[in-house]
Amino acid sequence: MRDLDTTFAALADPTRRAILARLAKGEASVTDLAEPFAMSQPAISKHLKVLERAGLISRGRDAQRRPRRLEARPLRDATQWLENYRRFWEAQFGRLDALLHDLQTGDPKIKNSRIRKKKSAR
Amino acid sequence: MKNSGTFNITAHGDREIVVTRVFDAPRRLVFDAYTKPELIKKWLLGPDGWSMPICEIDLRAGGKYRYVWRKDSDGREMGMGGVYREVVPPERIVVTEVFDEAWYPGEAVDTIVLVEQHGVTTLTQTILYNSRETRDAVLKSPMRTGMAASYDKLEKFLPSLGREALSA
Repeated sequence: MRDLDTTFAALADPTRRAILARLAKGEASVTDLAEPFAMSQPAISKHLKVLERAGLISRGRDAQRRPRRLEARPLRDATQWLENYRRFWEAQFGRLDALLHDLQTGDPKIKNSRIRKKKSAR
Repeated sequence: MKNSGTFNITAHGDREIVVTRVFDAPRRLVFDAYTKPELIKKWLLGPDGWSMPICEIDLRAGGKYRYVWRKDSDGREMGMGGVYREVVPPERIVVTEVFDEAWYPGEAVDTIVLVEQHGVTTLTQTILYNSRETRDAVLKSPMRTGMAASYDKLEKFLPSLGREALSA
C-alpha cells in the first residue's frame, strides 16, 4: 500500500495539482494536459510520472492516445486524513464554543455557586 | 457550528504551523478556558471515547503543566507536558510541549495570542518546531501523529477535489 507521504509529496506541486484538477473532469491525453501550461511535453510527462508513481493517476485502455485518468483512492485517503484532522480539532473547538457560551449565559453546571447560595438563602 | 469556517491551519516559514480560530467570547474567557484545569477538562478531550483524567497546571513563567488522556475502552493513555515561558493574561501564553512518546525530536514551542474585537476573540496558535526537518516530519506523518497540518493551501484544494474524485 502506498503511504500518505508519497501522496502528499506528489500533491505538493501546483502544476501536479492543476493536472489532477483537470483529470477530475475526465480522462485526457498528454497533449491535452500540456496545453494549458507553458511547458514542454517532456516536462509534463515528468509530472505525470510522479503522479503515476504515487498512484494518483493511471493510463486508459486506448493504446494510441494513452489517456491519463484520476485514481480516486489515494486522493480519498489524503483527503480523509485532512478531514479527520480538521474534524478532530473542530470537535475540540466545538466543545470550547459550547463551554464559552455556558460561561457567558451562566449554565447551571458551571454557574458560580456563590450566586446559587445567595438565591437559596432568600 | 457557527465558527467552523474560521478555523484555519497552515504551514508558515520553515519551522512553524499556525492555527487560527474565532470564538464568540471575550478573550478573558478564552484565556481561562486554555489555562484553568477544570475548564480544559470540559473541552480538550481528544477523539470520541477519550477522557482527560489528568490536567495539572502551574500557571506562571517557569511553571510546569501536564496533560494525560485515556481511551476509556482499553485504558490506553497518552501524555504530554511542558513549561510555561510567558504568561500574560488574558492575551498571550508561550509554552513548551513534549509528548511522552515523542513522535518528533526535541520540544516544540507554542505561542498562543488572543485578540479581542467587539467581544469576539481571534486565537492564533503558532507551533514552532526545532528544525524545518521536524516541522516537515510532523506535516508528513499524519498517521503516526494524528496531529499534523496541511501544506499551504493544500487543505483548500483537497476537499473539493476529493469530492469530485469520489463522485467520479
